Amino acid sequence: MADMREPIESGCPDPWQYMHPMMRKNFGQWKYHEHPRPGVLLHVAYSGDKIWTVKAGTQRILDVFTLRKLCDIGDQFAEGYVHFTLRSNIEYMVTDEAKVQPLIDALEGAGFVVGGTQNSVAMISHTQGWLHCDIPGTDASGVVKSMMDELIDEFRNANMPNRVHITTSCCQINCGGQGDIAINIQHTKPPKINHDLVANVCERPSVVARCPVAAIRPAMVNGKPSLEVDERKCICCGACYPPCPPMQINDAEHSKLAIWVGGNHSNARGKPTFQKLVAAGIPNNPPRWPEATAIVKRILKAYKEGARDWERVNEWIERIGWPRFFEEVELPFTKYHIDTWRGARASFNSSSYIRF
Amino acid sequence: MGADSRSRYFSECRWGLGIAMVMRLAACRGIPQAYVVVSLGVMPRRVDAWPLDFTDIPIPSCFILTRRDSVMAIEKHSTPMLDQLETGPWPSFISGIKRLRDEHPEPRINEMTNDLLGQLEHSYETRKGYWKGGTVSVFGYGGGIIPRFSEVGKAFPKSKEFHTLRVQPPAGNHYSTGMLRQLADSWEKWGSGLVTFHGQTGNIMFIGTDTKNTQHFFDEINEYGWDLGGAGPCVRTAMSCVGAARCEMSCTNELKAHRSLVNNFVDDVHRPALPYKFKFKVSGCANDCQNAIERSDFAVLGTWRDDMKVDQAEVKHYIADKGRQYYIDNVITRCPTQALSLTDDNTLVVNNRDCVRCMHCLNVMPKALHPGDDKGVTILIGGKRTLKIGDLMGTVVVPFKKLETEEDYESLVELAETIIDFWAENGLEHERCGEMIERIGLANFLDGIGIEPDPNMLSHPRQSSYIRLDGWDEAAEAWFERQAEAGK
Repeated sequence: MADMREPIESGCPDPWQYMHPMMRKNFGQWKYHEHPRPGVLLHVAYSGDKIWTVKAGTQRILDVFTLRKLCDIGDQFAEGYVHFTLRSNIEYMVTDEAKVQPLIDALEGAGFVVGGTQNSVAMISHTQGWLHCDIPGTDASGVVKSMMDELIDEFRNANMPNRVHITTSCCQINCGGQGDIAINIQHTKPPKINHDLVANVCERPSVVARCPVAAIRPAMVNGKPSLEVDERKCICCGACYPPCPPMQINDAEHSKLAIWVGGNHSNARGKPTFQKLVAAGIPNNPPRWPEATAIVKRILKAYKEGARDWERVNEWIERIGWPRFFEEVELPFTKYHIDTWRGARASFNSSSYIRF
Repeated sequence: MGADSRSRYFSECRWGLGIAMVMRLAACRGIPQAYVVVSLGVMPRRVDAWPLDFTDIPIPSCFILTRRDSVMAIEKHSTPMLDQLETGPWPSFISGIKRLRDEHPEPRINEMTNDLLGQLEHSYETRKGYWKGGTVSVFGYGGGIIPRFSEVGKAFPKSKEFHTLRVQPPAGNHYSTGMLRQLADSWEKWGSGLVTFHGQTGNIMFIGTDTKNTQHFFDEINEYGWDLGGAGPCVRTAMSCVGAARCEMSCTNELKAHRSLVNNFVDDVHRPALPYKFKFKVSGCANDCQNAIERSDFAVLGTWRDDMKVDQAEVKHYIADKGRQYYIDNVITRCPTQALSLTDDNTLVVNNRDCVRCMHCLNVMPKALHPGDDKGVTILIGGKRTLKIGDLMGTVVVPFKKLETEEDYESLVELAETIIDFWAENGLEHERCGEMIERIGLANFLDGIGIEPDPNMLSHPRQSSYIRLDGWDEAAEAWFERQAEAGK
């Protein structure tokens, strides 16, 4: 232990040292912004200073070669500073408008995709999936690569009524978060329990406590302490699987994809909203997941054609109504769309408001 | 270098890597600089035709010598499904991992990424994940590492340990390229060479290293200013938007709020001992680019309480550009509280008492409309996703707080301490703060943290008459006293 090094508990680093000098100079003094073209923002300060931002999408899981290539571009065209957005896009800032086009050319030339600003389909936010997660029902980077291949024009342009945030999640914990459109794993069968391992691997009381519907109870199976699941109560959420890996929830056939719409973090025009289930039972079909992508594209098409300027997906549906939404995207409406969880009553229509 | 040793080396052509990169790679592999061979492309392909003394060759160098036994051609796993992710216009992460396998000078990385691809292909074929968690940490800490051990490590031994280090980014995610290069250098020395900016909790994710090198990598980057983030039941890495650095909507110093909060809790970040995770997120305005209300236990949103600023000349410019109808349809009628109207001479009239600072009209007309001068923050507590009781948005607990003086920031941090202490004391195992509030009731939570109730905390007062009102008179009295104190 003598040679063990004590950590320096420095916490979150001060960004000031890594911030573009023009941003440091005008910190808190920006006046307005413009959108000269998709992928580019112009911010103007009260001092008259201007800064152009060029945003580009990447593969997100970066190898050091790609990271260095991004740095080379930053050194050559953007004064050696970069900024990453919440959705893992890289942003370069330049103070000379003449550098904008060469920067765009360099990024596109190196295979990156300039766009993702304003009313575009933004980069899909995602998590680790099969590449690194311990509980994933599907991959994340692969789903996103497949979908962005198809949605790249909507990323490059800004032709949507408002911005569209798409998210993916590989289990029902939903690390991808709320999205205008969310593609999430939905398990459809209870966990399969390896009773030989439970006693040694799982802290059984915690697993019992983890179940949202109290469907798990301790049991002796084949003479060994284990757990059993009341399959009539089980909602197949997979919450027991992380604390107890022998309760395998992932299934090559029965772990499906579901699509949710209308999650919106912004407070603009209305309070933030959670996403709602619209489609389920979609095959988890690597390496390209074409069935899920096809539904996402149908939803985007209907939204693009039907929504008014500034309406996010949730606002568009609120205006046209859910019956027309299901009609326009050609998705079935079923009893499974009716919420059964606590607070479900608030989602029922207790009025005479019916659209015809 | 003598003729004997010469035969133990052969070239790995690394055209285009650049001298600095080649030198760095050589250094990190313990290869003397003299062995970093210099060529303008005229080196014979046959090793035995090389000059005996490599140092004779003048710079610039273009490739690097490697021990022959360490670059035995690896047997590449066949990856027919992953190969399909190399087609199409979007940048391919599979191509990136293959570059590490095929082109990186470090054999350890070639082998590790080869087996990683092998396991990933296996997942694609069987539609199952094969990573298991475990316990890995660095000396002195209890968290910050996501341990991953392969269940199929026998088939893919070089990536059988593939841990991720969660490293806290600078507030607002600003980087110099110099610093990114330094991190890349350290990471390829100790890890797989795969990294993500950033994971969903906001960390830089250094993906893939074994237990021993986890410590080495941390020690190295910790020396030059980087620290681990949270993993497990602890205070997690915080997030903040670009904010005042480059956004006219910003109503607070997001960076300072972010760092004041999370860096007060470094002990709770590094040593998981809370009921469950606890997240801070800071957004500079109600557009909430950081998803703070939905995704954090402690959401800080910038706002203002005096009048919105209106530049009527710019309003008229906008209307001249896109027409009166556009602004009636897209600004006036879209105000959630009908606080706007447009007069016949195109003057925008704002009823600031009705305005809820939703940001919509500022978003549409950024040149004409700006936040007021009396800025501050709104604090919402208890946002989280599904597990276990269902999705919760945060709830307003502090409708408005000034955040200007050092004392303001201190009291912000004190509030966070009070809330975390109360939750640590009263939360059940694996119960998020919002779930605890749901269980004990908002009124009890407010009582517990010493904050008086305020109608801003609710969408509307209670609908149910099932409540005992024994203390009503005293509570009403207290309300009037507080109002009098506030000068209302």
